[in-house]
Amino acid sequence: MENDVVLTMRGICKSFPGVRALHNVDFTLRKGEIHALMGENGAGKSTLIKVLTGVYTKDEGHIQLDGAAGDVSIRSPQDAQDAGISTVYQEITLCPNLTVAENMFIGRDPNVIVPWKKMEKRAGEILDSLGIPARPKQQLGSCSLAVQQMVAIARAVDMECKVLILDEPTSSLDEKEVEMLFSLMRDLKARGVGIIFVTHFLEQVYAVCDRITVLRNGELVGEYEIANLPQVELVAKMMGKELESLSFIKSDPVADMAESGVVYEAHDLSSAACPNAFDFHIARGEVNGFTGLLGSGRSESVRAIFGADRVTGGRVLRDGKPVKITRPIDAMKQGIAYLPEDRKDDGIIADLSVRENIILALQVLRGFWKPISQSEAEQFAQEYIAALDIKTASADTPVRSLSGGNQQKVIVARWLLTHPEYLILDEPTRGIDVGTKTEIQKLVLRLASEGMSITFISSEIEEMLRTCSRLIVMRDRHIVGELRGEALTQDQVMRTIAGGVD
Amino acid sequence: MSVSVQKARRREPLTDTQLLMTITICIFFCMYFLAMAIWGGGFLRWQQVFDMLNNNAALIIVACSLTIVMIGGGIDISVGGVIALVVMSCVVHLNGGGSLFTAALLALGIGVAFGAVQGFLVSYLEIQPFIVTLAGMFFARGMTTIVSVQPQKVAHDGFKNLMNTKVEIPWLGYTAKNGNLIPARMEIGVIVALVIVALVWVMLRETKLGRHFYALGGNSTSALMLGINTKRTRFLAHLFSGTLAGIAGFVFMMHTGAGNATNAAGAEMNAIASSIIGGTLLTGGVGDIVGTFFGVMTLTTIKSIVTVSGLRDPWWQSITTGAMLCFFILLQSVVLSRRGKGGVKTLLSKWLGLGKPKG
Amino acid sequence: MSDIKKKGSIQWSKYAQLIVPAVAILLIIVFNLIRDPSFFSVEITQNNDGNNVLSGNLVSIFNGASELAVLAMGMTLVTAACGGQDISVGALAAIAGSVFVKVLKSGASISIGTIILGFIACCAVAVIFGTFNGTLVSVFRIQPMIATLVLYTCGRSVAYWINGGATPTVSSPLITALGGFIPGIPVPTPILIVIVVAVLFSLLFRFTSLGIYTQSVGINQRAARLNGINTVFIKLLTFMILGACCAVAGVIAVSRLSLINHETLLLEIEMDAILAVAIGGNALSGGKFRLSGSIIGAYAIQALTTTLYAMKVPSTDIKAYKAVVIILIVVIGSPVVKQKLSALWQKLSPGKAVA
Repeated sequence: MENDVVLTMRGICKSFPGVRALHNVDFTLRKGEIHALMGENGAGKSTLIKVLTGVYTKDEGHIQLDGAAGDVSIRSPQDAQDAGISTVYQEITLCPNLTVAENMFIGRDPNVIVPWKKMEKRAGEILDSLGIPARPKQQLGSCSLAVQQMVAIARAVDMECKVLILDEPTSSLDEKEVEMLFSLMRDLKARGVGIIFVTHFLEQVYAVCDRITVLRNGELVGEYEIANLPQVELVAKMMGKELESLSFIKSDPVADMAESGVVYEAHDLSSAACPNAFDFHIARGEVNGFTGLLGSGRSESVRAIFGADRVTGGRVLRDGKPVKITRPIDAMKQGIAYLPEDRKDDGIIADLSVRENIILALQVLRGFWKPISQSEAEQFAQEYIAALDIKTASADTPVRSLSGGNQQKVIVARWLLTHPEYLILDEPTRGIDVGTKTEIQKLVLRLASEGMSITFISSEIEEMLRTCSRLIVMRDRHIVGELRGEALTQDQVMRTIAGGVD
Repeated sequence: MSVSVQKARRREPLTDTQLLMTITICIFFCMYFLAMAIWGGGFLRWQQVFDMLNNNAALIIVACSLTIVMIGGGIDISVGGVIALVVMSCVVHLNGGGSLFTAALLALGIGVAFGAVQGFLVSYLEIQPFIVTLAGMFFARGMTTIVSVQPQKVAHDGFKNLMNTKVEIPWLGYTAKNGNLIPARMEIGVIVALVIVALVWVMLRETKLGRHFYALGGNSTSALMLGINTKRTRFLAHLFSGTLAGIAGFVFMMHTGAGNATNAAGAEMNAIASSIIGGTLLTGGVGDIVGTFFGVMTLTTIKSIVTVSGLRDPWWQSITTGAMLCFFILLQSVVLSRRGKGGVKTLLSKWLGLGKPKG
Repeated sequence: MSDIKKKGSIQWSKYAQLIVPAVAILLIIVFNLIRDPSFFSVEITQNNDGNNVLSGNLVSIFNGASELAVLAMGMTLVTAACGGQDISVGALAAIAGSVFVKVLKSGASISIGTIILGFIACCAVAVIFGTFNGTLVSVFRIQPMIATLVLYTCGRSVAYWINGGATPTVSSPLITALGGFIPGIPVPTPILIVIVVAVLFSLLFRFTSLGIYTQSVGINQRAARLNGINTVFIKLLTFMILGACCAVAGVIAVSRLSLINHETLLLEIEMDAILAVAIGGNALSGGKFRLSGSIIGAYAIQALTTTLYAMKVPSTDIKAYKAVVIILIVVIGSPVVKQKLSALWQKLSPGKAVA
């Protein structure tokens, strides 16, 4: 049995200034298994992966590969590759300026003169065999994100690795692509590769994995066979408490608002990113949602309302009166707030302090000539740090050093501070831990009950069903249906997305 | 640009590098042919091309070094200073009784030393390349005057012979008014420069290291994740740059035959401008040495055109150079953004009224 | 972890980036005091015009760094917002100086009125050129160094052209007062101008939200835009402010010499200005900044130059020594070296690491 083990990590410790990221963590990976590594944000998953791939060096502990008695020393990504450990990260870690083939082979060939022709041919074969729609000589930057992700996987596959790490590879893929990835993973598993799979999607874990290791607060909770750990228990283990809040947030949707309460409406609105004109309205105190597959146009639609992309047509009405929204600042002045999908690139100002991040939107609203004084800013920051329970050392801490969930709360605080009438939340719960997810869902419902209109977008339909009273379903950049009341069931939503009902 | 028969296989769209380079080459030829048509005279003779090469051999070489560093996402502004230092040191060395061989070694040694030290500071101590090579420039310029404040001419006979040796190409010559055939003349330095262009071209295109430079400039984090030793790669980029600057210094000396503290003043900016005109982006990851070569030629042609077109006031040359540079970077900006990268395109099309993005 | 300790370290870290420039200046001062204890003595002497004025190395350091300090302030803003540097400031100062002289020369005599008019004119021209640079950077998304390479290449020729190929001189007691001493005031006027500019900047930060805007744009442009900041305008604004700084520097430099020489006026000052920003601990890749760091950096550079002059180093050789000191400063300030040093420090004092 022990012969099957391909990777053992024992007693891994890693600290950063002020933070103990990993403490005495063990991890075992066997040949031909898909092993899920689970935990909330800040549990230490990423750190463990980075220790294994040589991005960080461990403070203490042992790593053994392939049953060898001695420790392997992994001091750089190069070492990890040489040892047979390949990684595919959530963010694409390829070079957009090189071709697909070059991206697949660079950093691997020992020759001084590289036989590019041969490699292009080989790359073509691999891409074909995996069914990846990319050409070897194509510039990588011209491929879609999903294809880039798959090229990264193809690269890892071709490296004949013993250990393949997939660090949240599915967050930018749609369902079909995820299925493709899964069949690829099963294929590799059959070939005897040990796969470490990190993801936030519970269903995916149960669809494809054999075993689960759970981390919490940098410590090992345990290793489980998938069959012996029901989903509910997994969540409990990750959160470290029995779950009560999760299922009882909301059982019945908020009563439908009368049409007369409509505050914002859009007619024939279209933007550069969302070319198909659509109509939309939202009532006071209503929570509605845009749903659909990734790329269906749900984010682009709300961005059009906020004026985030160039508006190409249509009009927006507030309380029945037309308002001009062409830039984000126009929307903000009309009481609209938008929490963007991409927290890192569109949301936080990483190097600025929590305080500055919180007051930013209000500052812009007040205008260039009316700066918020230091004391006022501090007061706002403290108020919202307390109100949203943001875990930060102080208001002076750069927001980059916060965990994903807390960064998200900072952005929520930033928009709440502007006291918007209409709050658009685009994937506010993506990539953050279950605890914060629940908090955000509760917050949404509370704000709505206080009269704020909210649009909520999420990839998780369950979450949408829990919070929204009306769902707008999109497919291929068109609105294909609107569900409310009785029709708000997972089954119905799925069928509408898939095109069964129209 | 060839219209040769394409095979049945589908052609890939040009990469950014190829596109920018093609534009430059086209513009160069258009400009040169236009000059031939309008002003004729010297432009009709091959000697004009060779003169452009003769006068700019050193610039071509340092433009190569800048291209390498810039592809790797860095910058090296010390090259002009290194040239001046090399020239001055070699002149003093030759006049002090040194041999040609040791002078060449000295040139190479200075270049390698600058490249290695700057490379170490940039890659292993992670100091911003601009600051490091700025200090390098100061150091080289200062050392030049410490070696000798007075301008000096080479008195070494062997070197003079080398300097005056020219490759004559009779069939590219022209017949002068008195009926004599004047062959086209090319200096040794040009051959060195062309060989270096060829070598760097092969290095960037065919070797592992070359691709590593592109990867490093494209996205250094990714490059690291892809298993490239980014520190070593960055170090090597600067080492190459320094070494080439050393060689360029020697070539410069073979052209002028004298050392002067103000030698190669502004060479770094000319080299950067040439690289940019040739399609290299300062952000890194995009560029081609052939483009750079044509960048140097384009820049030189503009200067010749300004001279022959009668704008004889001293300020016109650099004003036109500036305008040309402005034209090229605007062109690149527009071309690259028109290839569609979301926000840039939206923004530009709004300003310039360019085509609407496809629905 | 302990909150008290954290709080202390944060207050400390606010000023952490000033350590490098401060240490640099301190080293230069200590070095000079050892070499020549009277190096920093300031005395009152009578100058050619019969004024009682302050003199001494300290005064000449502060006086000599005036143009650099003004440019470094503007450069800091551009660096913060655009993540790149303007290498055309020297050329732009030359253009501004030429315009200033041109206006002074166009009148029959030089009065306070013509000087003010000249300053307004050169400011306007410099701001226009700054806007040109800024447009290339913000609208066309060209990296600042490349965009300003255009003006770097041809700016001094434009200055030459403005004065029709001459290097005119302007002689007037008013100009001498501007570049030297105002009668009755012992402090050199350029120092006073720097103080005025610094005060203007601090007022700008106090009464506008320029600080948080530029930093937001520099750190995360997309997020800044989604928060309603007009990123194009902010970048443009920083370049316009830098343009005005160039005009001030140009006027100081012209007044100092009472002539305009387009070739040599503030030659290579762009390099020193960028250096001042970097020595001040500001990241050249943009984002967070401290103006005070850049100012201290500017004085550190000038202190070094003055020291070398005092040591009888020929002016042509100074660059070499300067380079060595620059490298030393940045090596000490480099994160890698800092990390290594702090690791060494922890090793040497294990007791502290536990606490």
